[in-house]
Amino acid sequence: MAIILDARSLCKAFGAVTAASEVSAAIEKDSIVGLIGTNGAGKTTFINIVTGYLKPDRGSIAYEGRDITRLPPRDITRLGICRSFQIPQLYGSLSVFDNMLIGIGIVLRNAGLAGYFSRRDALVPGYGEPAEAVAERILGRFGLLEYRDRNAQVLPGGARKLLDIALAMVARPRILLLDEPTSGVSAQEKFGIMQMVLEAVRAEGATVLFVEHDMEVVSRFAQRVLAFYDGRIIADAPPQAALAHPEVRRYVVGTRA
Amino acid sequence: MKQGRIRRDHTVAIAFAVFVLLAALGPWLPQWAMFIMTVAVARGLVVLGLLLLLRAGLVSFGQALFYCLGAYSAGALGRFFGISDIFVEMLVGGAVAAATAFVLGFLLARYRGIFFGLLSLALSMILYGLLVKSEALGSTDGFNILPSTLFGVRPGPDWVRYAVLVSAAAVALVAALAVHRYLNTPLGRLAPAIKDNEIRVEYMGASARRAVHVKYVIAGGLAGVGGALAATVVGHIDPEMAYWTTSGEFIFIAILAGTGNVIAPFVGALIYGAIHTMAYDLSPNTWQMTLGVALLLLIVFLPSGLWSAFSRFRWR
Amino acid sequence: MKIVNVTHGSFYAIGAYAAASMTAAWLAHGYPPMLSYAVLVVAAIVVAAPFAILIERVILRPLYSRDEVVILLVTYALFLILEDVVKLIWGVNPYFIAEPYALLGSFQVAGMAYPTYNLILVAVALFFGGGLAWLLHSTRAGKLLLAVIHDPEVSRAMGVNVGRYYLATFALGSLLAALAGAFTAPTVSVVPGLGVEVIVLSFAVVVIGGLGSLPGAAVGAVMVGLVRSLSVHYMPQVELFVIYFVMAVVLALRPRGLFSLAEPRKI
Repeated sequence: MAIILDARSLCKAFGAVTAASEVSAAIEKDSIVGLIGTNGAGKTTFINIVTGYLKPDRGSIAYEGRDITRLPPRDITRLGICRSFQIPQLYGSLSVFDNMLIGIGIVLRNAGLAGYFSRRDALVPGYGEPAEAVAERILGRFGLLEYRDRNAQVLPGGARKLLDIALAMVARPRILLLDEPTSGVSAQEKFGIMQMVLEAVRAEGATVLFVEHDMEVVSRFAQRVLAFYDGRIIADAPPQAALAHPEVRRYVVGTRA
Repeated sequence: MKQGRIRRDHTVAIAFAVFVLLAALGPWLPQWAMFIMTVAVARGLVVLGLLLLLRAGLVSFGQALFYCLGAYSAGALGRFFGISDIFVEMLVGGAVAAATAFVLGFLLARYRGIFFGLLSLALSMILYGLLVKSEALGSTDGFNILPSTLFGVRPGPDWVRYAVLVSAAAVALVAALAVHRYLNTPLGRLAPAIKDNEIRVEYMGASARRAVHVKYVIAGGLAGVGGALAATVVGHIDPEMAYWTTSGEFIFIAILAGTGNVIAPFVGALIYGAIHTMAYDLSPNTWQMTLGVALLLLIVFLPSGLWSAFSRFRWR
Repeated sequence: MKIVNVTHGSFYAIGAYAAASMTAAWLAHGYPPMLSYAVLVVAAIVVAAPFAILIERVILRPLYSRDEVVILLVTYALFLILEDVVKLIWGVNPYFIAEPYALLGSFQVAGMAYPTYNLILVAVALFFGGGLAWLLHSTRAGKLLLAVIHDPEVSRAMGVNVGRYYLATFALGSLLAALAGAFTAPTVSVVPGLGVEVIVLSFAVVVIGGLGSLPGAAVGAVMVGLVRSLSVHYMPQVELFVIYFVMAVVLALRPRGLFSLAEPRKI
């Protein structure tokens, strides 16, 4: 299988806190990888480094063979790597629909279709429809149409998460990093949401990495698991093997099975 | 659930209507009215630029910098080159200001919030200091500007004001509609997104800094045109135009007008001119206090400016 | 306190005017000049305090929940109002009270005469600076204040009377401004517009030093003062704007000021 994302020996320290220590992972194209670990283990730091929000002290990241270590988030997004956030990052004072339109507008702009003199109803690349229609379609797929005209900041927690993920998917990324996509969502809904998200994303042919604290979700959906602890990767294996790993059991899962 | 409110955009129609009305009725207006209106157009242009920045959450306390640059450029044209064509003056004023904004934008676009405000303030005060110390440009007295000509023709004393007003209104019309169109492009729509969540903007693949830089240049250019216009209509230029209280006036008008519509800045400027004159006439010693009270009341009761009250009224 | 307070300049002016007028009256009545220093202080506090309390309670309090830009504009509006209020109360003629300044004479330093008053001012500044630092970091009330500033909602949830702390902070800050004005009064002629110059300068100082940092403000103030004096001496033509130039340079190199506080993690 082709390696789409290759992280090599990433190191990042904030003063006395080591957020990443020799983190290496070669992610295969079209795979679904779960990132597990206790809080502060370095999962979000990993995502932050991969997406350019943080620059590693040492180490490198290659995307389809190209070095992206020093690129800022916007360039990385344009290359096809998108992410959702632990705490949903939305445009609070705008409506859900407008949130989507802004995202789609940026996609149009990056495709050169949204300049000062461009057509107002340009077709969004990859969807073949004008912006409003695309927004409706994506919101529909995520079940957010009922919140269409509500301001993002008054949405209930689960809807915020979904909107955050929807925004990450607007640009039809090749790699999607989801930071705790089901946190704050009720137990019954977790599976449904993961199912829906993965279906939507996989239909586009994307590689998915997701951070998750619920081991059942991890076992069900991940093909491979990276377990973090104290800034290091302590296990890299399919879910069953990873969850049975002694260090993982000790530090992450808990020894009581 | 859709809110069945259909928002049709009447802006273009209204703008044209106002312009035509002005041009048609102009010759019958008294001189003082034309003066006030032209000054309002000048200020409105500056505030139009402020509107762009305000939408992105940036309060510039230093638009007076570009206003002053525009004015001095226009004056310099007359003083050193003998040029007094009003369109040339506005064009050069705008160009000089925009170029300056382009250079300064590299520094300023990196900042937000209070840093942006104070840095912009500092830059305008730097210009003020430079001008005050500059003997060649008249120091604190400034200098007078040549009477305006239009395409090589010097209008008679009765027609000067009208000519300037209509030229100014034409420029304002073009500017307002250009900005209006810009606000409907994806880059223009980024403004509230930048204000709300810049990290998200970056993560969606857009450069917030570049967007701010562009807006700053546009705002600077507009302020330069306004400054050149103000200089021609008042007839005199002095460093006071770069002082921070001048920037404060623009902020006041921006709050008065709100950020809802490109026509609002001009209406707001007109109203401000009226308040200013009335306050000054009522009591020359306390006009600042009146202004302050008015501003306070505005902020408390009409935070989105007069335009929002107007549109609320219309859709009732 | 995370509000940008243009009214600060007005309090400076109020302090200066109050001190100047009361001291002038004091001296005119023939009371002992040595006590005029106390008069400066008392006048500033007595006059400024009611203003501060009134403003905070009536105008600022209802508006804390709004945008920070709104507060900035509100304080700007207040500043405009107070500029004229000062003119109404004290008139437009300048006040001169040179006595407290001249009384202390000067002393010789490296062959030059240096006014003693200025030296005492430095000591006073150090006293207040140190006192404020001690207050914030070593007393219970001070630490609570830092907590309130950091997160008013959590503080409220813990039972802290946030409103009272805001009032106290605003009052304290305003009184300090008034005192500064009072102490400066004997060295200049007190005229309308005193607040204008100082507010822009003090913003420059705070920005250079870093928002929210006390040692930063001290360093910033020293830098500003030094640069200003140096420019007056060597290049008088740039005196007016060199401060802003320095501010622009500092911000270009250290975007959050020299001693800015660490930013909490956002994502």
